[in-house]
Amino acid sequence: MSLHLILFLVFGAICVAGAVNLLVQRHPINSALSLIAVMAALAGEYLLLGAEFVAAIQVIVYAGAIMVLFVFVIMLLNAGEEEETKGSRVASLFGVPGMLTGAVLMAWVVLRRSGTEPVSIGALPGHPTEIAHLLFHDFLLPFEVTSVLILIAIMGAVVLASKPEATERKAD
Amino acid sequence: MPVHVFIIASLIKSVIVLLVLLTGVAYSVWLERKVVGHIQNRWGPTRVGPFGLLQPLADGLKFIFKEDLTPPHVYRPLFLAAPMIALIFALTSISVIPFGNSITVSGYSIPLQITDVNIGLLMILGITSMGVYGVALAGWSSNNKYSLLGGLRASAQMVSYEIALGLSLVGVLIQSGSFSLRTIVDAQGGHFWGFIPRWNIFHGQLIGFFIYLMAAFAETNRVPFDLPEAESELVAGYHTEYSAMKFAAFFMAEYANMITVGCLATLLFFGGWHGPIGGPPWVQALLPVFWFVVKVVCFIFLYIWVRGTLPRLRYDQLMSFGWKFLLPLAIVNLIATAIAVVW
Repeated sequence: MSLHLILFLVFGAICVAGAVNLLVQRHPINSALSLIAVMAALAGEYLLLGAEFVAAIQVIVYAGAIMVLFVFVIMLLNAGEEEETKGSRVASLFGVPGMLTGAVLMAWVVLRRSGTEPVSIGALPGHPTEIAHLLFHDFLLPFEVTSVLILIAIMGAVVLASKPEATERKAD
Repeated sequence: MPVHVFIIASLIKSVIVLLVLLTGVAYSVWLERKVVGHIQNRWGPTRVGPFGLLQPLADGLKFIFKEDLTPPHVYRPLFLAAPMIALIFALTSISVIPFGNSITVSGYSIPLQITDVNIGLLMILGITSMGVYGVALAGWSSNNKYSLLGGLRASAQMVSYEIALGLSLVGVLIQSGSFSLRTIVDAQGGHFWGFIPRWNIFHGQLIGFFIYLMAAFAETNRVPFDLPEAESELVAGYHTEYSAMKFAAFFMAEYANMITVGCLATLLFFGGWHGPIGGPPWVQALLPVFWFVVKVVCFIFLYIWVRGTLPRLRYDQLMSFGWKFLLPLAIVNLIATAIAVVW
């Protein structure tokens, strides 16, 4: 067994364990921390594929910035433990088998149907220069359209979050 | 290089760097007490050893032997994990920092750096961005309103200033065309007109450096941006409920972060280990490391000097300074650098 395979299995196990823990935990802050573990382990998997840049961005953006905001909101709202209702029990009764079926189906499709070949390490472009070439040359239009989309989403969030009374009072 | 030589060399380097870093942390505390003392017209530590030089040892012993209180109302798992998270990430970020050229030991060329990765700068940014969790979780798990406010302030402040910090570094990246800290330093060798060193700060990144400096002060929660632990309003902020070695862990993390920030500023803006070199071969091998350390110590002195001089900002001033002044300035600096390089 090569070192790469061992590391892949270790990071994969952390990923799955973190994801399961995210669902099982009752307290939102524990769930958020499990999600951070999942993201960090995913960054490890990217590193194993030779995609250092994507791994670093994964840690900086997802684990470092977005999850900080999650934790921040949980702290700010002082969100307590999750309450169990009749609905949540029904949801877990149907949700768990449904999710398992979906996961098995997806794994089957990826492994058997899509004809994907195993990728050797460093075979795909992972260097920042190559990624920059892809983003700003081959896929420039989708990239710019996505950035405009994000800008619109930010503006929408600002409009929804601002209080209409406050702006009216200022206008008077 | 065979694998066993690589492993042995890495182990030796890790141990030395960690020891030097921890000693540096201890003596930055001593330097801070001494310099702030003189700024405020008093002596600072004088009793333990000559010039109070053994004071860090005494402080360390005191931290170890103090009673380690855990208040009953805290959320225990995270309360215990938070100081560890803060210290681990603060110490890890030193691993990609190069502090000199390579040296040759019995035929093997060993770079003076624990590990040379080609995305070194991004790794430091990633590790320091994870360091926020230590402070935020400490504030939350303490179950104390002062701690919570401190933790909230710290996380909001660090997220806000991270953007300006990152953008201020992009100018340097555009000029050198690499994420590798070693390549960035190598690009700064030589002189303009024979006497001005070719450091990035004299190479059009003066504004970039000042943005970096201010954002870095905010990232490390130091005066004038030390609102997360503002003692006049928040008791001690996020570490109010911590005592003994757990408190010391936060303290050490703060100073280790200061040293990392100083190292990064030296590498990116002040030419790293470049400096006048001469003398016999062994002196020539060690002088780069000496210049690097001298530049980092200058930064730590600057930190302490600012702490002894400036008052603390108000929270709204902090936020509007970060978002309305530093961020636009960083964007302008980035665009100007990009235009200058393409020209």
